[in-house]
Amino acid sequence: MTNRSALSRLAYLALVLLVLLFLAVPILIIVPMSFSDSRFLAFPPPGYSLRWYEAFFGNADWLDAARTSLTVALLATLLATPAGFMAAYAMHHSRLRAMKWLRTMLLLPLMVPIIIVAIGVFFVYARIGLVATLPGLVVAHAMLGLPYVVIAVSAGLAGFDATQEMVARSLGMNRLRSVLTVTLPQIRPSVVSGAVFAFISSLDETIVSLFIAGGDNQTLTKRMFTTLRDEIDPTIAAISVMLTATSFLLVLVVIGLQRKKA
Amino acid sequence: MQACAPTPPPATPSRRHARREDRLMLALAAPAALVVLLLLVLPMAWLFAQSFYDGGFTLQHYRRIFTERIYFDTFALTFRISVATTLLALLLGYPVAYAAARLPQRWRLVVLGLVLVPFWTSVLVRAYAWLILLQRTGVVNKGLQAAGLIDSPLPLVHNELGTMIGTLHILLPFMILPLYATMQKIPHDLLMAGSSLGGSPAHVFRRVFLPLSLPGIVAGCTMVFVLCLGFYITPELLGGGKTIMVSMVVSRNVELYNQWGAASAVSVVLLACVFAIFALIGRFLPLERVVAPR
Repeated sequence: MTNRSALSRLAYLALVLLVLLFLAVPILIIVPMSFSDSRFLAFPPPGYSLRWYEAFFGNADWLDAARTSLTVALLATLLATPAGFMAAYAMHHSRLRAMKWLRTMLLLPLMVPIIIVAIGVFFVYARIGLVATLPGLVVAHAMLGLPYVVIAVSAGLAGFDATQEMVARSLGMNRLRSVLTVTLPQIRPSVVSGAVFAFISSLDETIVSLFIAGGDNQTLTKRMFTTLRDEIDPTIAAISVMLTATSFLLVLVVIGLQRKKA
Repeated sequence: MQACAPTPPPATPSRRHARREDRLMLALAAPAALVVLLLLVLPMAWLFAQSFYDGGFTLQHYRRIFTERIYFDTFALTFRISVATTLLALLLGYPVAYAAARLPQRWRLVVLGLVLVPFWTSVLVRAYAWLILLQRTGVVNKGLQAAGLIDSPLPLVHNELGTMIGTLHILLPFMILPLYATMQKIPHDLLMAGSSLGGSPAHVFRRVFLPLSLPGIVAGCTMVFVLCLGFYITPELLGGGKTIMVSMVVSRNVELYNQWGAASAVSVVLLACVFAIFALIGRFLPLERVVAPR
C-alpha cells in the first residue's frame, strides 16, 4: 500500500468516526447530565445525585403526563396493530384496483408534514368534541402508527408462503382460524416489530399532541416541549434518559426477534 | 362498502365467490382506511377548500403568500435549510453507509447501532441535548475556550446555525439507512470484476459502485428534504424565535391568530411541494422504500 492511499484511508476512517461521534455524543451526554447534582448545566457535572429523577417521581404533573403517554401509546398500538394487519392482509391477497390507492393512502401519515396532520386532526376534533380527550389522542396516534404496522406486516406476508394457509383451509379450517393459527405465528416477528414501532412513534409524538392534548390529558412530550420552550430544566434530562432507554430496549426486542428469524 | 345491488345478476359460483372475496377484503381494509380518511384526507380536502375561502371565493390568502415579505422569507429560509441539510447529510452520510456496508459483521453492527440509537430517540430529547452542548456556557463553548481557541462564547444556538445542527443530527439517519440498505445489496463480485479488468479503485467506485447506489441516494435525499420542509420542533427550540420555518407559520396562524385562511394557504403550498416530490420520485422508486428504509 502506498503512503498516499494509506493516508486517504486514514482520513476516510476519521471522517466516519467523526460523523458517528456527532450522532452519538448528544445522546450519551444526557446520561451524566441527568445524574448531576447541580441546577446548572455544567459538564462534567460538579457532583452526582438522583435529584432530577426524584424531581420527576415526586411531581404529580409529570407522573400524570407519563401515565397518559404510556396509556395512549399502549391503546394506540392495540388499535393500529390489528387494523394494520387486516389492511396489509387485504392488500396482499386482493387484486382490486382500489388496493393500490389504499397502499398509498396508508403511507400518507408518514408523508404529510406532521404540522398539517396536527391542524387537520385538531380541526376535526374541535367539531366533534375530542380535543383534550384520551380517545382522541389514542385514535390520532393509532393513525400515525398504522404505516409502521402496514409496512412491517406487508414485508412479512411477502416472505410467507400463502399456500400453507390454503392447505389449512382445504383441510376444513375456516379462514379466520387458518390466519390466526397458520399465518400469524409465522410472521409474528414482523407483526411485533410493526407494533413496537407504532408504540415508540406514539410515545415520542409531540406535534399532534401539542394541538389535541390538554387539560387532564397532557402527554409527556407536550409537557417537555412547553417546559423546554421556557427554560432548560434538568428534570428533562432524567425524563429523556428514561424515554430513550424505553425506546432502545424495545428496539433491541425487535432486533432480537429478527435475528432469531434469520 | 357493503352497498351492493339488491338483486345481483346471475353469476357463476366462481364469480360469486370472487365477489364475496372482494367484499371481505374491502371490509378488512375498512377500519384502517376509514381512520386515515377521516383524520387526514378529509381535513386536507377541507384545508384546500378553506384556502380559497373568505366569505366567498377568494385568492387573497395566496396573494398574501406571494406578496408579503414574511411569507416569502419563510419559504426561502425553509428551502435554504432543507437544501443545505440534504447536501450535508448526503456528504456525511455516504461515507458512513459505505463503511457499514463494507466492514466486517461485528463492526457493522457497531456502526449501525450508533446510527439507530439517535434514530429511535425522541426529537425533543435531541433538541435538549443540543441546547446543553451549544449554549453560551455549554460544553462546546467551554471546551473551545479552555483550549484557547476563542475568547468569548460563539453564538451556536438560538439561531439558524443551531437549527441546522439539530436538523442535520435528526435527519442524518434518514440518509444513512436507505443508503446502507442499497449498498448492502451491491454484489461484491461486480467490484472485483471491475478491478480485475484493470479499473483503479477510484474508477471502479465511480463507474460501478456509485451508479448502483443511486436508488439509495434518491430515497435518502427525498426523505431528508421532505422531512426538513416540514420541520417544527427543532427550529422552534433551537432557532431562538428568529428562525421561522413554514411549519411554524402554519402553527402560529392557527394557535395564536386563529387565521385558518392563511394557515390553509401556506399548508396547501407546502403540501403541493411535498406531493410533487413524492409523485416525481414515485415514478422511479416504490414509495414504501422511500418512507420506510428500516
